[in-house]
Amino acid sequence: MNRILENIRALFPALSQKMNGVPLVYLDNAATSQKPVEVLELLKKMNGEVNANVHRAMYELSDRSTELYEGAREKVRQFINAPERGNVIFTSGTTASINLVASSFCRRFLKAGDAIVITADSHHSNIVPWQLAAESIGAEIRLLPINTSKLSSCDYGAKGANCGTSQCVNGELLIDKLEELLSDGKVKIVAATHISNVLGLVNPVERIIKISHAYNVPVLLDGAQGIVHEKVDVQALDCDFYAFSAHKIYGETGVGVLYGKREILEEMPPYMGGGDMVGTVTYKKTTYAELPLKFEAGTPNFIGASSLKPALEYAEYLREPEVRKVLKEEESKIKRYMFNALACEVGDVEIYGVGDDGFESEKKIPLFSFNVKGCNAGDIAQLLDKMGFAVRTGMMCAEPLLDSFGVNSVVRASFASYNTVEEAEKFIAAINRAKSMLL
Amino acid sequence: MSINEIEQQIVEEFSIFDNWMDKYQYIIDLGKSLPIIDEAAKKEENLIKGCQSRVWLDCKTEDIPAEEIAAADGEKVRLVFSADSDAIITKGIISLLIRVYNHQTPKEILKSDLSFIDEIGLKSNLSPTRANGLVSMIKQIKLYALAFEEKD
Repeated sequence: MNRILENIRALFPALSQKMNGVPLVYLDNAATSQKPVEVLELLKKMNGEVNANVHRAMYELSDRSTELYEGAREKVRQFINAPERGNVIFTSGTTASINLVASSFCRRFLKAGDAIVITADSHHSNIVPWQLAAESIGAEIRLLPINTSKLSSCDYGAKGANCGTSQCVNGELLIDKLEELLSDGKVKIVAATHISNVLGLVNPVERIIKISHAYNVPVLLDGAQGIVHEKVDVQALDCDFYAFSAHKIYGETGVGVLYGKREILEEMPPYMGGGDMVGTVTYKKTTYAELPLKFEAGTPNFIGASSLKPALEYAEYLREPEVRKVLKEEESKIKRYMFNALACEVGDVEIYGVGDDGFESEKKIPLFSFNVKGCNAGDIAQLLDKMGFAVRTGMMCAEPLLDSFGVNSVVRASFASYNTVEEAEKFIAAINRAKSMLL
Repeated sequence: MSINEIEQQIVEEFSIFDNWMDKYQYIIDLGKSLPIIDEAAKKEENLIKGCQSRVWLDCKTEDIPAEEIAAADGEKVRLVFSADSDAIITKGIISLLIRVYNHQTPKEILKSDLSFIDEIGLKSNLSPTRANGLVSMIKQIKLYALAFEEKD
């Protein structure tokens, strides 16, 4: 193994555990990533020492806690290149960030008969909040569809595999349909997935934003997966909102971020009421705090939020040219190997989210959702677990998307910066063993 | 054979395997040999709630001959189960349950505590969602038994 990769793996204590007597191979990173020592140390320090409410009191410990909390906000600001800290709101996760916008933005800017566009590759967090908002207002949800066509795995030519027993489902967004959806002027917001947690395809979000803005429609990006794999510059993208979670990008669970443009956030009413979000309170009327605190009612998860500083510093380390080069090479190898091995070595596999350009494409992240013909996904996962592999099976919180493929369950292996080609090879051997047991 | 005797038999069968992959292979093979359920029995009412994979469980009765009713604690029927699932490990587990419970009286079924499940380590070796499914299957079998039990 490469020295840089070895060093990276050594930063994650969770990776050296055994599971059922064999070394753990953790391939459920799209759900939760493991935490590097810097994050674990920060969490320990905050729980053990700097444990005091932020923003409130006039004593040293509270100041230090506030510094760590606001320091993490500044780190997030830099990481996504937001203009100012006021654009960065801490929430409890991607789901809470989207709920905040769906509730507060829609209350302010939508009326009965208006419409909301969501992308068909959305997970439930980018569907249900909008349905709730639309129902209460009398608005309509419109769907930007994906390409559900199937190709044989050998139809990708040099970009694909050389065998014909497996099927590839395309999964790309049909972005040409967007203008049609916007043309009657009723759409007030577009909520698009940056990278789907099932398909692992980077959506053309720049084009979505450009087209939507031409119709004066703001865009929210669900960045739960996107923040991990893409360099996100919210000003260059010109997105109006960007939502993500800390626990998928090496940080603590139960914390997320909502980036929003100041002029829109100013116009939006608070989402929740409580302490820390107020200016002055009387029993009759309350004025609200300035951004971002207007949207951070109550004692925030200051310990979890603070973990974003070391977590994003680790993510930045991965982007240093020398490190990035090694990781990109490993990632390409993993993608090429996994595609060929699933399609040919395992065989009779249906792979979801291959896109127009196959697995070599920069638009495909190392995330593999598939089914082995004749094998139940839950059975495969049960056997994989006994062999030390952590993968996800089921609906992936994306039931409508799976419906559109005609399946109710998939197996998903999602790789992170610390996963290796060797692990991919062990994974394929395990899948083959499971298949031979089940068929 | 009584429920206890069948359970003991299963525990002995499992004791020859020293690792879980072999136990799973055995459960999978049991699943494959589970008699195919009547398509008509795969209806919505027979779907067990609480399972991650779809499980259908059907229950019929067979009459106990008049001369055996006294020995059967007054029970007039024995229960006959058939089942299916889209997951083969689940099917194997159901086949174990069916083997224990088939041709038993409702009273016997209601009395049983299924110690074999813990003894072979099945529950602790299932993922929590599947262990919940196992509980749901047993609950459904006992509900059938409750429905067919002779009331005093």
